[in-house]
Amino acid sequence: MLILNCPYCGVDAEETELAAGGEAHLKRFGPGSSDDEFHDYLFMRENPKGVHFERWRHSNGCGKWFHAARCTQTLEVFGTYSAQTTEPPKEIKDAITAKRPGWTWREYE
Amino acid sequence: MSEPISALNHASYDGIAKVQECGLQGMITLRGDLSDKVLAKAVKDATGQKMPGQREAFVDGESGVCWMSPDELLVLVPYVEVEAKLAAMTNALSGTHALAVNVSDARAVFSISGSSAREVLGKLAPVELSSKAFQPGQIRRSRLAQVAGAFWMDDDQTLRVVCFRSAADYVFNLLKVAAQPGSEVGVY
Ligand SMILES: [Zn+2]
Repeated sequence: MLILNCPYCGVDAEETELAAGGEAHLKRFGPGSSDDEFHDYLFMRENPKGVHFERWRHSNGCGKWFHAARCTQTLEVFGTYSAQTTEPPKEIKDAITAKRPGWTWREYE
Repeated sequence: MSEPISALNHASYDGIAKVQECGLQGMITLRGDLSDKVLAKAVKDATGQKMPGQREAFVDGESGVCWMSPDELLVLVPYVEVEAKLAAMTNALSGTHALAVNVSDARAVFSISGSSAREVLGKLAPVELSSKAFQPGQIRRSRLAQVAGAFWMDDDQTLRVVCFRSAADYVFNLLKVAAQPGSEVGVY
């Protein structure tokens, strides 16, 4: 069972209160982008065994979107953070480094 | 003008706790910047209550205010006063970036009372409801089996539950099953 702390209402919400929103920190390529960029934006996703960043929504709760960093292999949660950011904050990256030295995910490490 | 009637018109059930549909309750959804003084005053004028902090609920009978999210409040007022209170609130908030809407007829309200009240709700929501974790003055939005619901405590043995009116029958049936005689679990 996955339990994530919602950074907006402070509740430790278990999985059935939450809706998964897919990979975090996608950059949108829309009108004016190349076909390859648009293709990658639509279809190309990380599928790691280990550290992963995702979007979640506290749908049966305060209704807010937020971000979570967790391990897909162990379900260990490194932390959750605000939706109002385009990249993982330093304290989240530090928390992951403490548990998984040498981790990488997309361009982050 | 037809006479307004609540979803289940005061239906009740007696089991390990007493479950009752509370009847008509005035409710205003208020969205805006909760740190705004104009908004806080509008809430105070409507309910007599101060601005709630995160997951706080200040409710006294049919009046009160509940924290729903960082930019949303649930304002409770007596049903017959809701139009007047909403008009006053809308007036007070003109020029403020905020939105107030009467949602009274979109909701149903239940009370669960008795020494096993926590237990009845605890069977339906993935929420820690021990007296250590949940107390009068707090609100929790969650799910009741398969539908969304919010609840707070009027006192240590009374929970009040709000759900969508369209799910009122479903929620009442859930609560009845959870309150069946002999179904005490003894956790709380
Ligand atoms: Zn939340």
